[in-house]
Amino acid sequence: MSMEIAIPQPVERENYLNKEYGALSWLLTTDHKRIALLYLVSITFFFFIGGFFALLIRLELLTPAGDLVQADTYNKLFTMHGMVMVFFFLIPSIPAVLGNFLVPMMIGAKDLAFPRINLLSWYLYIIGGALMLHCMLTGGVDTGWTFYTPFSTNFTNTKIVEAGIAIFIAGFSSILTGLNFVVTIHRMRAPGMTWSRLPLFIWAHYATSIIQLLGTPVIAITIVLVAAERALHLGIFDPKLGGDPLLFQHLFWFYSHPAVYIMILPSMGVVTEIIACFSRKRIFGYSFVAFSSIAIAVFGFLVWAHHMFVAGISVYSALVFSFLSYSVALPSAIKVFNWTATLYKGSIRYDAPMLYAFGFLGLFTIGGLTGLFLAALGIDVHVTDTYFVVAHFHYIMVGGAVMGYLGGMHFWWPKISGRLYPEGWARLAALIVFIGFNLTFFPQFILGYMGMPRRYYDYSHMPEFQVLHVLSTAGSTVLGVGYLLPMVYFLWSMRYGKPASDNPWNAAGLEWKTASPPPTFNFDEEPVVTWEAYNYEELDAPPHKQEVTVG
Amino acid sequence: MLNNFPLWPEQASTLAHRVDALYIFLLVITGTMALLVCTLVIFFAARFRHRPGVRAEQIEGSDALEITWSVIPLFIFMAIFVWGAVVYFRERTPPADSTEVYVVAKQWMWKVEHAEGQREINELHVPVGRDVKLIMTSQDVIHSFYIPAFRIKQDVLPGRYTVEWFHATKPGVYHLFCAEYCGTQHSGMVGSIVVMEPAQYEAWVSGNPSGPLSVSGEKTFAELGCSTCHRPDMQGRGPNLQGVYGKSVQLEDGRTVTADENYLRECILDPGSRRVKGYQPIMPTFQGLVTDEQINELVAYIKSLGDNQSGAKTTTRAASQLSGNAQPSGNQVQ
Repeated sequence: MSMEIAIPQPVERENYLNKEYGALSWLLTTDHKRIALLYLVSITFFFFIGGFFALLIRLELLTPAGDLVQADTYNKLFTMHGMVMVFFFLIPSIPAVLGNFLVPMMIGAKDLAFPRINLLSWYLYIIGGALMLHCMLTGGVDTGWTFYTPFSTNFTNTKIVEAGIAIFIAGFSSILTGLNFVVTIHRMRAPGMTWSRLPLFIWAHYATSIIQLLGTPVIAITIVLVAAERALHLGIFDPKLGGDPLLFQHLFWFYSHPAVYIMILPSMGVVTEIIACFSRKRIFGYSFVAFSSIAIAVFGFLVWAHHMFVAGISVYSALVFSFLSYSVALPSAIKVFNWTATLYKGSIRYDAPMLYAFGFLGLFTIGGLTGLFLAALGIDVHVTDTYFVVAHFHYIMVGGAVMGYLGGMHFWWPKISGRLYPEGWARLAALIVFIGFNLTFFPQFILGYMGMPRRYYDYSHMPEFQVLHVLSTAGSTVLGVGYLLPMVYFLWSMRYGKPASDNPWNAAGLEWKTASPPPTFNFDEEPVVTWEAYNYEELDAPPHKQEVTVG
Repeated sequence: MLNNFPLWPEQASTLAHRVDALYIFLLVITGTMALLVCTLVIFFAARFRHRPGVRAEQIEGSDALEITWSVIPLFIFMAIFVWGAVVYFRERTPPADSTEVYVVAKQWMWKVEHAEGQREINELHVPVGRDVKLIMTSQDVIHSFYIPAFRIKQDVLPGRYTVEWFHATKPGVYHLFCAEYCGTQHSGMVGSIVVMEPAQYEAWVSGNPSGPLSVSGEKTFAELGCSTCHRPDMQGRGPNLQGVYGKSVQLEDGRTVTADENYLRECILDPGSRRVKGYQPIMPTFQGLVTDEQINELVAYIKSLGDNQSGAKTTTRAASQLSGNAQPSGNQVQ
C-alpha cells in the first residue's frame, strides 16, 4: 500500500550505483554496498545450481527404482547439492549480502572497518566457488556433504581434496566477513548509537560473526587432516592406519553444528526488523531478543555430539549432549514468543516482507519443535539418518534461513536498487514458496518416522514409501516456481520498477534516513543518534500531536 | 484407512512401544506449542491489522512474561530429556544372557554369524520373545544397522565392536536398512529380519552344518598357534584366558580395563597397546592375518571359556536385569 504514495525521486542524484560505470569499477570496488551486490549475484548463481541438483534428486525419487540417473550420479547430486547450498549459498547468504550492505548503514558508518579485506573475502569466495565448479564439472564428490571418514579418506576415488580446498578457501571468506563485522560493530558506531540502541539485526550479526570467527578454523583444520590422510596416508581417521573415525565426526560437527546458527541467526535478525516495521512497534523484550542471540552463539558450540547419538559415543556423553541441546532450544523459543508478543496491539500490514516473516515464524517453529524430537535420545536412535532429519534441517535452513533471506531482500530492495518491486507478484511468490515448501518437506517427517533412510537412491525394497515421495516431489516443483519468481521480478524492477522513496515503509533505522539508493559513503553527514531502536511511536505520531503523546 | 496410511512402522519389539509412547507425547506437546504460536500469530495479525487512524500501542516488554515463557518450556524440555534418556539407557543396555549374534558389515552387504554357527547374508533369523544382542563390526567404512520395526539403530564401525540389542515380540519379516551412507550401493545394503516362532526357529537353527561359532573359534585358536602361549594353566607365556571375559584386567601401565569384546579384539590386532601386567610384549600382531569372521570366532571361543566351562553361552557384564516375560508392556513407559 505504501507503494502508491511513494514519491518518485529524481534519478540523477549521485549514488553508489551510478557513481562509476564499467566492470573494473565493480571488480575493484571497496564499497560495502557494491561488494554486497557482487555477493548477491554470485550466491544467486550457486543457489540455482544447488536448486537444480535438488530438483534432479526429487525427480529420481519419484519412482522407487533407480531409473533417472546412475547410483553414483545420484550420490554426487545430493553431495553437491549439500556442499553448494551450505558453503556457497546459506552461509554467505544473509551476512555477505544483506549484512554487508546494511551493517555499516545501520550503525551510521561510512563503510566496514576493513573495506579491502571485505573485497578480499569476496575474491576468496569466488576462487573457492570456481574451484567447486571445476570439481563438479570434472567428476564431483560422492561422500555426502558430511565427508565421513574412512569413506572419504580411503574408499572413494572422487575429488575429495579439490572439494576440500574449495571449502577451505571459502571458509576464509567467511572468517574475514565475521572479523570485519565484529570490528565494525565495536569501533564504528555513530555518536549516540549505544549497544542498547543497536537494531537487533546488528546483534544477530554480531553473534553470527563470533561463530564464523571461532568455528570456521576448525573445519579448515579438519579438511587439512582429511587431505593429509588421503594424500599421505597419515593415520588420523582410518582405523586401518591407526586412526579414529569418530574423531572426524567430532571435529566436523564442532563447526557444522554452529554453522547452522550462522545460517539462522542473521535470518532471525532480518525477521525482527520486518516484524517491528510492519506492526509499527518496538520489539517486545529487546534485551531478551538481543541476548538470546548471544546465548545461541555460545551454547551452539556445546551441542555438536547430538549428531552422533548412534555413532558409537558413550551413553554418558550422549546424555550430556542431549541435555545441552535443550539448553540451546530455549533461546530460540524465547525469540519466537517475543516476536509473537510484538504483534500484540500492533498496527499490522501484510506487505510481502511481512508475509515472508509470517512464513518464517510458522516454518521455523515447526523446524525448532521437531528438533526437540531429535534431541530426545530414545527417539533420535530411531529417526537419525532418516528423512525425519532431512525434513527437520530443511525446515530450519530453508524454511527458516531462506524465508528470512527473501523477506529481507524484499524489505531492503527499495534501498538496494532504488526501485519498488511489484507488490502483488511478491505476495503471490511468498504464498507459493510457503505452500511449496510444506508440500515438499512435511511428508518427509512421516517418511522418516516410517523408517525411510536418507541418501537412498533406490527404494524398490520398500515401495510403500512412494506416495509420500510423490507428494514431496510435487511440492518441490511448486517451490522451484516460488523461488524463480522473485528473481524474475527483481530483475524486471531494476529497469521498470517505480522509483523508491528514501523510506517507502516509513521504517525506523538509520539505513532509511539516507537516500535510496544511498550515496557511496552512505550519509551526507555523519548521523547522531538520539533515539532508541524501533521508535515507531515517534515515526507514526502526527506532527502536531507529538507534544501531547510525549507527556 | 489408517492401515493404508500408517503414521509409524510396525511395532515388533519391546522397545517399539516405549519409543512410540514418547513420540506421541512429543507430538501432543509440540502440537500444542505450534498451535498456540500459530493461533496467536494469526489472531493478532487479524485483530490488530492496520486500520486508518488506529495507532500501535507501544509495549516495552515484561520480565514476568519472559520468565514465564522461559521457565515453563524449560520444565517441559527437562521432562522430554529425562524420558528420552530413560528409553535410551534401556535401548543401549543389553540384558545379561542375551543370545549373541555377530554381524560383519562390508560394502555392500551384511554378514551374520550366529553363536550356533549359522551364517547368513542380508538376513537375520531370530526367535520371538528372546533377547538378542548384535556384536557388530565393519570391514571397510562406517555402516549402520537399522531395523525400523524395532526402533533400533547403531553405527557399525571399522576397527571396533559396537553393540545393539532387541527383544522381538511379533513373528514376521521386517526391513533391515543400512542407515549410514557408505558408497555407491548404499541403498542396496538392505535385508530382512525374520522373526520366527521358537519351535520354527529351533528347526531352522538345527539344520546347521558347521557347529557353534565357539567350536570353530577353538579350531582357529589352535591353528594360529594361540594355544601354545595362552594355556589353560598358569605356565603359558601369555595370560590364561579361562574366564577372563567380563573381568577386570590389570594392565602393565597401571590402568585396569574390563575384558569386553572390544578389548579382546584389540589384543588380537594390537597386542602391545594395552598389555596385561606381568607379561612380556612378545605377542605378534594378527592384523591382516585374520579376517573379521575369524576374530569373531576367536572372541566367541574366549567368551565360552568360562570358569565353569559352560560352552558357547556366556554372561555379559552386569547389566540391568530385564524381566523374563516375553509380553510387551503396551504403551506403558516407566
